[in-house]
Amino acid sequence: MIFSKEPLLKVMGMTKYFGDRVGCRDISFELWPGEVLGIVGESGSGKTTLLNTLSYHLEPTRGIILYWSEQQGLVDLGQLSESQIRYLMRTEWGMVRQNPREGLRMRVSAGANIGERLMALGVRHYGRIRKEVQKWLERVEIDTDRANDLPETFSGGMLQRLQIARNLVTQPRLVLMDEPTGGLDVSVQARLLDLLRALVAEFNLSLIVVTHDLAVVRLLTHRLLVMRHGEIVESGLTDQLLDDPHHPYTQLLVSSVIQV
Amino acid sequence: MRGPLKLQPKMKSKSVPLQEGYNFAYLDEGTKRMIRRTLLKAIAIPGHQIPFGSREMPLPLGWGTGGIQITAALIGPDDILKVIDQGADDTTNAISIKKLFVKTTGVQITERTEKATLIQTRHRIPETPLKEGQVIIYQVPIPEPLRFLEPREPETRKMHALADYGLMYVKLYEDISTHGRIATAFMYPVLVHHRYIASPSPIPRFDNPKMDRMPALQLFGAGREKRIYAIPPYTTVKSLDFEDYPFEIEKWDQQCALCGSRESYLDEIIKDDQGGRLFVCSDTDYCQQRREKGKNASPSEVVAMKAVRRKKGDETT
Amino acid sequence: MYVSAKGGEKAISKAHEFLAEVRRGDLSIPELTVEQIRQQLSLAVDRVMAEGSLYDPELAALAIKQSSGDLIEAIFLLRAYRTTLTRFGVTLPIDTTRMTLLRRISSAYKDIPGGQILGPTYDYTHRLLDFSLLIPSEKGEDQKVLKCEFSTQGEPFARVLEFLHQEGLVESGHSGESETVQDLTLQPLQIPATRDLRLQNLARGDEGFLLSLAYSTQRGFGYNHPFIGEIRVGEVSVEFVPPELGFPIEIGKITVTECEMINQFKGSSTHPPCFTRGYGLTFGHCERKAIAISLLDRALRTREFGEAQEGPAQDEEFVLMHSDNIQASGFVEHLKLPHYVDFQAELTLLRNLRKEYRDPKGEGEQP
Repeated sequence: MIFSKEPLLKVMGMTKYFGDRVGCRDISFELWPGEVLGIVGESGSGKTTLLNTLSYHLEPTRGIILYWSEQQGLVDLGQLSESQIRYLMRTEWGMVRQNPREGLRMRVSAGANIGERLMALGVRHYGRIRKEVQKWLERVEIDTDRANDLPETFSGGMLQRLQIARNLVTQPRLVLMDEPTGGLDVSVQARLLDLLRALVAEFNLSLIVVTHDLAVVRLLTHRLLVMRHGEIVESGLTDQLLDDPHHPYTQLLVSSVIQV
Repeated sequence: MRGPLKLQPKMKSKSVPLQEGYNFAYLDEGTKRMIRRTLLKAIAIPGHQIPFGSREMPLPLGWGTGGIQITAALIGPDDILKVIDQGADDTTNAISIKKLFVKTTGVQITERTEKATLIQTRHRIPETPLKEGQVIIYQVPIPEPLRFLEPREPETRKMHALADYGLMYVKLYEDISTHGRIATAFMYPVLVHHRYIASPSPIPRFDNPKMDRMPALQLFGAGREKRIYAIPPYTTVKSLDFEDYPFEIEKWDQQCALCGSRESYLDEIIKDDQGGRLFVCSDTDYCQQRREKGKNASPSEVVAMKAVRRKKGDETT
Repeated sequence: MYVSAKGGEKAISKAHEFLAEVRRGDLSIPELTVEQIRQQLSLAVDRVMAEGSLYDPELAALAIKQSSGDLIEAIFLLRAYRTTLTRFGVTLPIDTTRMTLLRRISSAYKDIPGGQILGPTYDYTHRLLDFSLLIPSEKGEDQKVLKCEFSTQGEPFARVLEFLHQEGLVESGHSGESETVQDLTLQPLQIPATRDLRLQNLARGDEGFLLSLAYSTQRGFGYNHPFIGEIRVGEVSVEFVPPELGFPIEIGKITVTECEMINQFKGSSTHPPCFTRGYGLTFGHCERKAIAISLLDRALRTREFGEAQEGPAQDEEFVLMHSDNIQASGFVEHLKLPHYVDFQAELTLLRNLRKEYRDPKGEGEQP
């Protein structure tokens, strides 16, 4: 971890309503470069809404999201145009979906999936794109001769690794992940987790990971937010929080998480 | 477009009886005005598709009604009209469109590219370079170049608005990965004035370079899809490519069997049951003019011409 | 100077002559009159008027005659004629509660105020070929006149859904209504569409397409639990306010079919649960289509109600962009036009690709 004076992300009072239903309410936290933040809570506690609101896939009803951009300095996401948000999302940010089919283009080859962000940024040299594709396939441990294959022919673990490569090709600083190990076999989960740990270290990535998975929590995250009914009920360093949960709900959750 | 609107056209030729009961050029003046306003907007934002209230025309949607509506909105009694389909003046649909305008306007019709003030086309740009003051009107089936990559209109609209064109290059990337080259033979997408990606309509990519900095005004009409777009004269039009896989056009080893041209786009004609083939210009006016200027046909050319006529001309009912 | 006669021109004019001959058929058989079509193929006339979006039974019958009974071709003829007509104004909304009824049924209630009126329907006929129709009956023989029109005598027939609405059991019929009604025939359809444009689009849409999509909702691709609240068929008067008069005058009567569908209920923390609606209206007597429209209208309100989109019938862009049979047939049939140039381009490309496949020459990376 590299320490910096400025956080990467500062969220203040972020709230999302769907009509009169609460999606998430009064969310505030900071994220530092190289830090991995876990978000835990039962289904329906607002974790995914938080992720989608954070990335402006959903517009927050209230609240401020500040981001220290490498290219633009301090930006208030609420003040950016949709075009600027989209640009940010494909340069400095990444989003890994639980279902890789939603995060990938299933009708184009693995190579095209990895190359798309580069092409969107204006890279117009096939050979260079191809080199990046090879490099990233290797990096996520997919055989490079699969570059021209459709993702449809990949296993679940490979799809998830491909989705990660597709996001990391532009070397983002912040990646949001929604249950990255969900639906995978235990052995496949372990391999993915190892890969993520290595990538975080190698690229000084900041991650926000929504998860149910104790292994992800223990092995990957530095800090935890516990959510219930759309609100943060407890937060702290992962080790402390798992060993000494204060909020009764966190106690229940940690014990149930541990049972998994 | 040229001069004030004249509701009562003077008859150009007494042998052309105008269709009774219809306005000049079929469309009512209100509709023409709406289309002309759309055209002005389109010209002001080169390559950007403008929705318009496309009308039902007496020809089927998908058979050139977008082009016909633009032509109808622009044509005046003094215009000279040329209509081509597949480069040819005498293909059935070109004839049918010409007949509609002859019946409803009485304007002069020509096959000579350089004489026409308005050229309506399907699938080709004439070989004879177009000049300032001419207008070429393309019939467009699918105006959205991103449509086969992204079927949703609200999403493609957004992609254009944000110039978010990564997906278009994904298609080219896939072509090169699979075929070793960009495998788009026609309707090859172009970037207009460094901003909007547009469809050149289904012209062969052979014609794409003609669009770049063309002195004539280029108008595109999609009747069924209700979109109009335009490329003003002398606008930069770039065919999409990669630096290491540059855009290139088709080349033939053959020459035109009729006029001997090696520069024009060639149609392939199957001349006998043994699969014997010959190649002739797709642009009939260009080919004709070259033959008129050149020498008399050689015996081998006479044979070729006969084969072509059998294939192209004598279509029976 | 005009086009010199070439193969294409000659071919077209000969084809047209041939077509006229085929259309007329055997000259020893008397020619159909437009009036016969209008009287005896009235449901075909109604469909052509509905999808041609022009209420003129005589011209619709003419179009059917001219198109040899190809109804899509007839609809096209009517549409192309309609485009050229001058619009001199907009009528007042028709009031279907003041309809002179030909038929009115509800499948939600056994009995309704004003009564169920079966009217002329094929619903309960046995589909047995009636060989007696092979021989035309003598004139005047079947002239028993059935008086099957029910007039309101000035008193409107309330809609069945109004009874439910009075109790608050069904949502208001004005949901999704916009201030100004747009005209689909003058403006391009923009997605997402407002409900007025959606209903116009469906009213003009192809009966077969709408029918199949409506059917798909019943088979689980976007189920919406429908009951026919009411179908009514009959004549309504069309009223217009000429600016120089300043009050409405009746300018004619048209037959319409209206279907109101009661659908699954909705509720939230701020609204008690109530049934939702789907609505369909067509020119003429087109029940099958009116029902299909009302099913689709409801299915397309998916977004409004925050429901999951599960079937193509709930996909607004898919339904509205593909419902028009004039657009569809034009584009599907344009494949008959010459495509020599594009085909040549593909052919050249394919030959080159095959050449390179056999002889890569080390040029370019082989994947």
